[in-house]
Amino acid sequence: MVNLVWLGLIVVGVVVAAFTGNIEGVTKAAFEGAELAVQVAFKLIAVLTFWLGMMKLAEAGGLIKLLAALFRPFLRFLFPSIPKDHPAMGAIVMNLSANVLGLGNAATPMGLIAMQEMQKLNRGKPDTASDAMCTFLALNTSCLTLIPTTILAIRIKFGSQDPTEIVGTTIFATACGMVVAVFADRLLRVWYRRRGL
Amino acid sequence: MLALVAEFSRWIIPALLLIIPLVAWVKRVKVYETFVAGAEEGFTTAIKIIPYLAAMLIAISVFRASGAMDLLVGAAAPLTRLLGIPGEVLPLAMMRPLSGSGALGLSTELIKTHGPDSFIGRLASTMQGSSDTTFYVLTLYFGSVGIKKYRYSLYTGLLADITSFLASVYIVIKIFG
Repeated sequence: MVNLVWLGLIVVGVVVAAFTGNIEGVTKAAFEGAELAVQVAFKLIAVLTFWLGMMKLAEAGGLIKLLAALFRPFLRFLFPSIPKDHPAMGAIVMNLSANVLGLGNAATPMGLIAMQEMQKLNRGKPDTASDAMCTFLALNTSCLTLIPTTILAIRIKFGSQDPTEIVGTTIFATACGMVVAVFADRLLRVWYRRRGL
Repeated sequence: MLALVAEFSRWIIPALLLIIPLVAWVKRVKVYETFVAGAEEGFTTAIKIIPYLAAMLIAISVFRASGAMDLLVGAAAPLTRLLGIPGEVLPLAMMRPLSGSGALGLSTELIKTHGPDSFIGRLASTMQGSSDTTFYVLTLYFGSVGIKKYRYSLYTGLLADITSFLASVYIVIKIFG
């Protein structure tokens, strides 16, 4: 699936550019894409260094386990394959709370720690996503947020009379996305398992 | 409620910065050494994701620059018009899962042109806030642990994006329409 999407984006891009006479644009765009990847990674070094250090301390101090225990029923339902009180559970809680609170730069490092912990539990092939990872990313791509900080700032900048009036509609839309993602994840998990994929 | 959440967000990181090392110290953890050991992984993780991110961002960048997006929008327009979705937000809907900066640029432009309190402005705000950049999230998170086979994750992510988009249109029409 990823292979096809990736190839599709490139092939369609190059062919369309050839027809619309924008072929130089392709060359420029390809290198800009690579440059952006390096920039994103470099920006991440700072937040990752900070948060991975803090998380190691939180784990050593027993805080991650405590957090996992607090949210146990909710996590057991979503992630039946992760043993209770496993550090992965704590990292998942941290990531989801950071997302809900709109702390973007804390959410990513905690999410990556959760992925590392889940990878330790991955009993399939090490290059293939586990069930728990798929559920976790279903939650993350639908990104439940209470305050969409970036968009509020933009609304204020362009002189909105009531910048926060869209908070309710945003929570509704994102909650719909999340519910569908969780259900789709469940159905697809069963379906993939039956087909042995 | 909103002010409370905002206040909480302001305090949460300083609070964690205080509580986490203190609790660890009480539990007789060597705080400095443990922090450094964790922080060391930050660098390697960030470097590890570069190839994954580069692959995805190159493909998306080429696709965006080619103008293929406009063709797609043109093809989808008759269908979305039937559903009562304004054509102005279609490019944003398609950009949202592909590129975070691209989508933010489009929604800013829509808010600027139509005004933040217009129907389009409110819809663009809701769409921007209610979804994440699916391709980026998948590439980053899977890439950081060397996962190359995503199984059904992409379907779930895109299904969530479509749902959030349709739900945005529905609720904005219902509340503000």
